Parts: sequence; C-alpha cells; structure tokens
Amino acid sequence: MAFKVIFDAERCQGYANCLIEAPEIWEFDENSDKAVLLKEFPGDQLRAKAEASMRGCPAGAIRIEDVDE
Amino acid sequence: MRRVVVVGASLAGVHAIQTLRERGYGGEIVLVGAEQALPYDRPPLSKSALLGTTSFADLALRPPEWYEQQAVRLSLGTPATGLDVAGRQVALADGRLVDFDGLVIATGSVARPLPLPCDDHRRVHRLRTLADAQRLAEAMASARHLVVLGAGFIGLEVASTARQLGLDVTVVEAAAAPLSRVFGEVVGGWFRRLHERHGVTLRCGSAPVAVETPPGGVRVRFGDGTGVSADLLLVGVGAAPATGWLHGSGLDVTDGVRCGPDLGTAVPGVVAAGDVARWHNHLFGEEMRVEHWSNAVEQGRHAAATLLGAREPYRAVPYFWTDQFDAKVRVVGQVDPTGEIAWERQDDTSMVAVFGRDGVVRGAVCVNAPRQLATYRRVIAGRAAWQDVVRDLAPVAPTAAGAGDGRGGNVTARRRGGGSSGQTAGVRGPGTEDQGGDRHE
Repeated sequence: MAFKVIFDAERCQGYANCLIEAPEIWEFDENSDKAVLLKEFPGDQLRAKAEASMRGCPAGAIRIEDVDE
Repeated sequence: MRRVVVVGASLAGVHAIQTLRERGYGGEIVLVGAEQALPYDRPPLSKSALLGTTSFADLALRPPEWYEQQAVRLSLGTPATGLDVAGRQVALADGRLVDFDGLVIATGSVARPLPLPCDDHRRVHRLRTLADAQRLAEAMASARHLVVLGAGFIGLEVASTARQLGLDVTVVEAAAAPLSRVFGEVVGGWFRRLHERHGVTLRCGSAPVAVETPPGGVRVRFGDGTGVSADLLLVGVGAAPATGWLHGSGLDVTDGVRCGPDLGTAVPGVVAAGDVARWHNHLFGEEMRVEHWSNAVEQGRHAAATLLGAREPYRAVPYFWTDQFDAKVRVVGQVDPTGEIAWERQDDTSMVAVFGRDGVVRGAVCVNAPRQLATYRRVIAGRAAWQDVVRDLAPVAPTAAGAGDGRGGNVTARRRGGGSSGQTAGVRGPGTEDQGGDRHE
C-alpha cells in the first residue's frame, strides 16, 4: 500500500527530529525555523523512515495515511 | 502470552503498548503507573507548560479513549513495589499482586533529592512529574527570585523559563561551568555566556554546604559564609533510574536494568525500555543508558518487538534537545568531555562542537544548526574517522584555560555561508552518505 506524508506546518516547532530520522523526506528552513516536506509520496522503501519521523515529532505535526495506488 | 504488564505510565510504556497491538498481540495488557495522570509528555514541563503557553491538560500522550481502543487495563496511582521473577508477579503499593507472562519495565527515572541538609522543604522544588511542575509554576507566579541548584539541563531550562517570566535567577553550580559534566568546561562556557546575556547570575566553581530557610525565603549557603537568598529553590542535580522496586528481584539493576542488545533482561519474557534500560549498543560497542525522549519512543517499540520474539539488537545513535532562551540545542550521539572536542563554529547565536574518541566521531552539539544535526547523525552512524571529519576544525583545548571567557578565543574554523540556502554542513569524509546503520527496524 502506498502512503502519503501529511505535514501540519502550523504545529511544527522546529525540533528538526524529522530531518534526523528521514533526511530523504525532510528539509529545514532556518528562516522560518520549521521543517519542509520534500517528498509527500516517499515510496515504500522509505516507509520505515517516514514512520520514524512521524513518531519522532514531539509536536505531533506529522501524519501518515495509506493511499490507493 | 496471555497477559503483558507494562510498568511505567510513560512515553516508553505507551509506545510499547502501541507496538504490541500493531504487531498483532491480542492478549491482555495492564498498564501500571505510579502517578494518577494518564501518560504525559515531560519535555514541556520545564519549558512551555511552566511558561504557561501550553496547558498542563494538553500534555497527555494519548486521549483516554485510546486506552480503551487498545484494550489496556489501567492501574494508575499504584506504584509497583516489587517483582517476583520466579512467580511472575508484580507487587503494587496497594497490596495487589499482578500476574504476568510478559513484562515491560519502563519506570523511567526519578529526580535526585537535595543533597544538602535542609529543615524545611516548603520552598524547595524538584522537577520531574506533572505535580512537580504544577507546584513549581504556582510558586513561581508569586516569586521574584529563583535560585537553581545545579547547572544541568533541567536547571538551565527552568532558569531560562523563569527569566522569561520576569524572575531574577541565580544558578549555583559546583563545577567550573554549566553542563561541564556533559560537554566539558569549554563548551559549557558557551552556555554560561548564553545565560549571562539573558540576565541569569551564575555562580560556578563553589559547592554550597547547606540550604537555610529563613522566614519567607530560602538561602543557599557556601563554605566561606556567603550565600544566595531567594524566594524558592529548584534542585536540578540529575536523575537516577527508577529501579528501587526491583531491588531483591534478582535482576541486575546497577545503574539501570541491565539488558542484552535486544533490550531483553536475563529473565525470559522481561524487557526494559527508556531511561531505566542499560543495554549494549553495538553501534558504539559499549553499554549505555539514555535518558531522553526519542530513545524512550524507539526503545518502547523495540522492547515490545523483542517480547514478541523479534530479538533484534537495538542499534541507535541517540539524540535529544534542550531549549534555553533562543538557543535550540540539539545533541546527537555520545558526547564525552574527556575525549576529543573540536569547534565547527561558535558565535553568539549558534554553535557546533564535535566530540570524538578512539579515532572516531561519536557525538555533536548543535545550537541553532538543525542541518548539522542530521549530518552528524549520519557521520556518527558511519563511524567516520575523527581525523577526516575535523581536519579543518579548531580543536578545543583540553582544559578551560584561556577559553573560559572564550569570546573569540577558539575561532570558527568553518563557517556556514549564511542564510538558508540549503547547503549541507561543511563536513567531509566517509559516512556522510546515509549509512542506514542507525536504523533498527
């Protein structure tokens, strides 16, 4: 099942834990002090990392949803 | 397994429960907690919740209905008092005995008490639990001067919050600089300057001998007869693993519950996770215990998987954060003040210090430098050679001599070129590709 990363920039508090867990999926904007979602559909090979970034967000700003291919 | 008991209504405990269910475990789960509150998030207790920008009510890790959905039986406000590994029972403070087939030990740590004589503790605070934070917030609301004993993470975070609330703050630290037991004196000196710029008074290098409680206040007294008077005292002298209930159980609880690489203990069906777990981390080739948020999340998951038979080693580069004033401090890997240290950069607004030992990069402290954090995690996971990574960086002198006031003393060896242009950190050498070595699932 493919999946989608949903990022709530309003909730982001700039911890950058997502960037640590999955640098393939996230960037960081030092001006706004918030994460930037690079890959909304990272693909199955990055699923474990995407989930780690979701769990690692202390602000609860990241969700993952399964989507139909 | 018909019943898994999770002892510790904690971050690690919640993630253990979630993983048990995600992996299809359909038996009973009992969650035992010492406090009345449902598991909550602790990092805000010294920061936004104390400042008042986050409500204490918003700290719950999961809503009450989540525990129903996961079919978890809650036993809160009843600390575990003993463990019988042969009889496979946990004893609770109210006298009950709870049978288990599988046990997750996730009791976290407890704040160390005031290490000095004191007759009256009404103005003495610690900060570990929700109740501690509520009591401290209430006391700070009518206080003008806070004295903090111990310039560790909790002490400095509370100092920062208290300054933002308008209190006068004095931090008393026996060592020569804040955070020096963790980062060494030179890197610790950066934190001294940060706090002094924001109006905190630091008194480092002299150990207090007593805490006196004159009417209406509190006074920290030093051996030379001088002292610091304030309205309240926060004791921030570290934490200890919460293993008191395990003494006599037969488990090895020397500085935490000793686990194998997979977080299983010597007793089959008994695992540990979070602050309380001491395990052998293959990535660093040594035993460690990590008292930080992300470690509790991932170890909670990993321990649950081990309980269900996965038995993989938990290999991780730990990381954590601490926010003090405008400094977002991020620490990755193992920082060791007795090893090698080099600055990648340091100025008033940001700082990156790299830590190494035995010829490899093992840790980094990054202040307002999120990209470097991600880069160094990969460098550390790849066990990059110290010489390759720090070739152009400025070494930090092994003692604080000449660097204690450090303004421009240790120059920045490599400065990022300003802005947020998306460039990567100035680190080269092996290990800058994603090695994947820190994944453990």
